[in-house]
Amino acid sequence: MAGKVKPRVKVPKKAEKGEIIEIKTLISHKMESGQRKDKDGNTIPRQIINHFVCKYNGEVVFESDWHGAVSANPYIAFRTVATESGELEFIWTDDDGSEYSTTAKIEVS
Amino acid sequence: MQIRGLMAGLATVVLGFGVYHVTPVVADDRPSVQPPADHPLDEIVSGYHFRIPETQAVQDDDFENPAFLWIEQAELLFEETDGEEGKACADCHDGVESLKSVGTTYPVYFEPFGKLINLEQRINNCRTENMKAEPWKYESDEMLGMTALVRHQARGEPVNVKIDGEAAPFFEKGKEFYYQRRGQLDLACAHCHEGYAGTKIRADMLSQGQSNGFPTYRLKWQKLGSLHRRFKGCNDQVRAEPFKRGSDEYVNLELYLAWRGQGLPVETPAVRQ
Repeated sequence: MAGKVKPRVKVPKKAEKGEIIEIKTLISHKMESGQRKDKDGNTIPRQIINHFVCKYNGEVVFESDWHGAVSANPYIAFRTVATESGELEFIWTDDDGSEYSTTAKIEVS
Repeated sequence: MQIRGLMAGLATVVLGFGVYHVTPVVADDRPSVQPPADHPLDEIVSGYHFRIPETQAVQDDDFENPAFLWIEQAELLFEETDGEEGKACADCHDGVESLKSVGTTYPVYFEPFGKLINLEQRINNCRTENMKAEPWKYESDEMLGMTALVRHQARGEPVNVKIDGEAAPFFEKGKEFYYQRRGQLDLACAHCHEGYAGTKIRADMLSQGQSNGFPTYRLKWQKLGSLHRRFKGCNDQVRAEPFKRGSDEYVNLELYLAWRGQGLPVETPAVRQ
């Protein structure tokens, strides 16, 4: 399903301090590989998301570089430790330079 | 030995179809809904309860459920202006939430056409008449997404189709289709889904063939698909010539099938194998 790019994240609303929380992310993106050709035989230029970062109150807690062979609509799940209440920010960077971002709040007690 | 056992099994199946006796194997301990009066089933069971736990888990978590990719795109489309009238869905409908129970009632009798229409056709009618926009193709991502989005608003509400009044003759035609043998294998829908739900057909578990989860994300398809696509698949499998998506035959069947699941909660977008 390729359409408009739309990020989606799932973060627990509440957590206890020190608890390990699971974060799930998914972004709808065609992840054009650069290997395909259109019907006239011309190569369709590569356009993928090449970088993903998650910041917890400004501090980077998860970061990764992406290359070829990452599927369309990439899904990433990872864990981090709930340290303090605040905001998680997620940023995906496209080959064309554009950034897609979303945020989620977490309450730590 | 194994092959002989298989052959014997096949023979039993073929013989079973030959005499067509209805064995009440169905639900065992599966959660079910009480059917209305004069209903062919003793209890109505959603296809969800015939699937393996792993498949159910994907449906249980909206984040994991890939159908939401289509639904999210449809949410954007709902707001998007299209057609000569310069209107979006949202210009007439006060948010998609305002269509809350709509998904439980389709197909309905539609006066201007003098016949039944389903949700897909209602959406396209809105597009061509009110928006003066191009109709969407039946199995396009846009149509699947918008149908799923509208029906999703009714999730959890019981299916509640109207089968009397003007809809009655179409309901009867749908019923006739359901019990009509067709194709090289000479099977009617009922042969698998009435008598043998809960048993195996080769490696697959047969369900009652309920429609409460459509449009459904089907793992085999790796995408969202319409109910009529499933009808075509079923017809193909009994080696019959399938009808077109959106054909009167399938819309009539859709109504009859919805009534066979009357009272089941809508699960759109469901996940199936």
